[in-house]
Amino acid sequence: MNTENTFRLDGKDIPFKKGDTIMDAALRAGEYIPHLCHNPEFKPHGSCRLCVVDVNGRHQASCTLPAEAGMEVDNSSDAIRQRRELLLQMLFVEGNHTCPACEKSGACQLQAVAYYIGMLSPHLTHFFPKRSIDASHPDIVFYHNRCILCGLCVRASEQVDRKSVFAISGRGIDSKLVFNSPDGKLGGSELEFTDKAVEVCPVGAIMPKHLGYETPVGQRLYDTKPISVVGDVAAHSKPEKPFISDKSHE
Amino acid sequence: MPNIEEFIGDIFSEIGEAPDLLLQYLHAIQHEYSHVPEEAIQLLSERLKTPPMKINAVIDFYSFLHRTARGEYDIRFSDNITDRMLGNQLLFKSLCKKLGVEPDVPRADGKVTVSLTSCTGICDQGPAMLVNGLVVSKLTEKRIHKMVGRIEAGIPVANWPKSLFVVKDNIRRKDKLLNDDIIKGSAIGALAATGGEVMLERLENSGLRGRGGAGFGSGLKWRLCRETEADKHYVVCNADEGEPGTFKDRVLLNSYADELFEGMTVAAGIVGAKKGLLYLRREYLYMREALEKTLQERREAKLLGKKILGHKGFNFDIEIHMGAGAYICGEESALIESLEGKRGIPRDRPPFPVTCGYKNKPTALNNVETFVAAAKIAVFGADWYHSVGTSQSSGTKLLSISGDCERPGIYEYPFGVTIRQILVDCGASDTQAVQVSGAAGSTIPPQEFYRKIAFEDVSSGGSFMIFNQQRDLLKMVLNFARFFTHESCGFCTPCRVGGRLLNDLVEKVMVGYATRYDLKEMERIGQVMKKTAHCGLGSTAPNPILDTLAKFPGIYATRLHNTSHTPAFDMTKALDVSRLLTGREDEGAYVERTDEY
Repeated sequence: MNTENTFRLDGKDIPFKKGDTIMDAALRAGEYIPHLCHNPEFKPHGSCRLCVVDVNGRHQASCTLPAEAGMEVDNSSDAIRQRRELLLQMLFVEGNHTCPACEKSGACQLQAVAYYIGMLSPHLTHFFPKRSIDASHPDIVFYHNRCILCGLCVRASEQVDRKSVFAISGRGIDSKLVFNSPDGKLGGSELEFTDKAVEVCPVGAIMPKHLGYETPVGQRLYDTKPISVVGDVAAHSKPEKPFISDKSHE
Repeated sequence: MPNIEEFIGDIFSEIGEAPDLLLQYLHAIQHEYSHVPEEAIQLLSERLKTPPMKINAVIDFYSFLHRTARGEYDIRFSDNITDRMLGNQLLFKSLCKKLGVEPDVPRADGKVTVSLTSCTGICDQGPAMLVNGLVVSKLTEKRIHKMVGRIEAGIPVANWPKSLFVVKDNIRRKDKLLNDDIIKGSAIGALAATGGEVMLERLENSGLRGRGGAGFGSGLKWRLCRETEADKHYVVCNADEGEPGTFKDRVLLNSYADELFEGMTVAAGIVGAKKGLLYLRREYLYMREALEKTLQERREAKLLGKKILGHKGFNFDIEIHMGAGAYICGEESALIESLEGKRGIPRDRPPFPVTCGYKNKPTALNNVETFVAAAKIAVFGADWYHSVGTSQSSGTKLLSISGDCERPGIYEYPFGVTIRQILVDCGASDTQAVQVSGAAGSTIPPQEFYRKIAFEDVSSGGSFMIFNQQRDLLKMVLNFARFFTHESCGFCTPCRVGGRLLNDLVEKVMVGYATRYDLKEMERIGQVMKKTAHCGLGSTAPNPILDTLAKFPGIYATRLHNTSHTPAFDMTKALDVSRLLTGREDEGAYVERTDEY
């Protein structure tokens, strides 16, 4: 293979095009690098840090790192796995992620990546933050408890839906997702069930109303195959038309 | 108070109307009304065609912007560890008690709010506070007492005695940079005589490296900026001196502003910039008026503006932009985001600001000290500068010295000076540790005092905090852990969550509940932050913990529980609410009392 436009990922030659990041080239070559805030349809964010790889001795986020010829990229060593596990555990204890009681269970990217990495428990001390649920929208519920601040809905709403319904506000551990509406509640926003922003959520933060546990256990997205084979939640999202409530928008 | 609509109209006509000036509008409104009222948010939203959500997101990011009024007297105590060592905690509690306020909560009559804030850069004359943006240094119980009297009597801060607001330079040791004066305009004259290329070579030969701490070659940076083709180039000065314990830029801005602006103008001539920006931290607002005056004098002397010193085509001017209380904005790409009126979230790099910075144009962004040094190198030449220092760190470095020593203040040393020498010069004795380069820096134990201040040994952005044997070093660690939790921008997982986890673990050590296992956890979390964080803040935040775990294990070991594991769960704390509901405060209502710290 022409080494002028390939790099090595765990010993395999991966071809890349000009402008590719490590993540772009790896995904195209069918190689899985765990990630949460990345979605190939949008400009990379680099915030979850889960896609961290080791490049020539330095840890870098593969979703933002431009590919260069001859790079030696480690995506599978034990050191990398352990770092990713701790990052995942941080996300689990930061919010309130009660998988057994969550409707998204089985089709949640956070949970699926955790299985893939081999995370057996959240391990760290839970923050148990007091977060609210916004059920003001006729068709959608927003669970702040499950939001991991990946910024995908922010990007989708801005870049695809052209509505800018979401933004991340605050600072540090007090960062939170906010909505563009007169009273700050989702119900007053322009968000619609068919918006791209709704389908890109990798966790159970943005959930449909009027539908519940539609998919039986055993047939859910990640029930039979791991995320490395199945791919992202967003790649499979085909929002079914919800039951339209009386209070729905015109 | 003026009508909000008129006030906003006035700001717009004064500084212009553009979305990237949002932070400047918010700062002006906050300063006038002690908060950003809802009405102002709506008006800004309409005029800038930005949803209120985005304006609120900016307000909620910066510590000095608020959505509820702080009142006629807005008081913030500097809460760096050096302020704590000088007794700010007692004074803070005393002021709150005398005024009858809870921290951060406006008093019922809406008159006053008292808060703690990150280091205000007055460490050599602390404890310090800001009252409506003005610095009160050397706080004492007597000063607090009188202050309460003035507040209760409703005397405006403008009528308080001027002696309260004195900030001294405290320059204790001068070397090349502070000693050798240049005549106003001579650096620009030198540039005009040599041309950009020769001047650039002079800077490269001087070996000047960025004085903010990272140490990137300044000549190389300006060359990259100059060689990046674009319709516009910018020069930006980072005066967001937020690193705890650093105050040398405060002194340069106060007494060497001409040299700073001269250096920025030289940079502009080299890279081809027409516009320069000085990003001034909100804590240094009190110096803005004088800085604006210096800029005006330079315009009148044809050292800024159109046809500088009569040279056709050499047009350059400088604007001052205010920060609003965010340590992260000292990181260059976060600073640029902030200059553009946004939340200070560091950008992905590459591209670096030097090719794609302010408004996505090539930007020469440097520290205050770097520009001052560049101005002098332009006049005196490369040899003048690199005749002192070490082979890899040429010239001198300004150190801000505070903590346990007889003569805190500014010390200028040639690079290569040993820590031991500095301690002798500033009158420090019985020293337990020195924290070099601030909270993000390194903790140096006595056995390493032979080490040198230099990029290749102990690198420093300028902070030098001294702790004697009587100090509890864990208090420093906790102060810094809290600082980083407060200042994390929240963008990436390891810094946002890891910082808080570390903070909680240090608190667990402090109250005597931690075990060896917890120390290992701190090490593990710290390493992940170091390795995987998005920017320098997150990767350096665990430094004080990792350093002290390795070099001062005693401060942890003496407090450990002698078991392999104790839960983080605190039963007494968990029962807070039930005690409140039952009204019980008797001994039986507690599982175990924990000591306050």
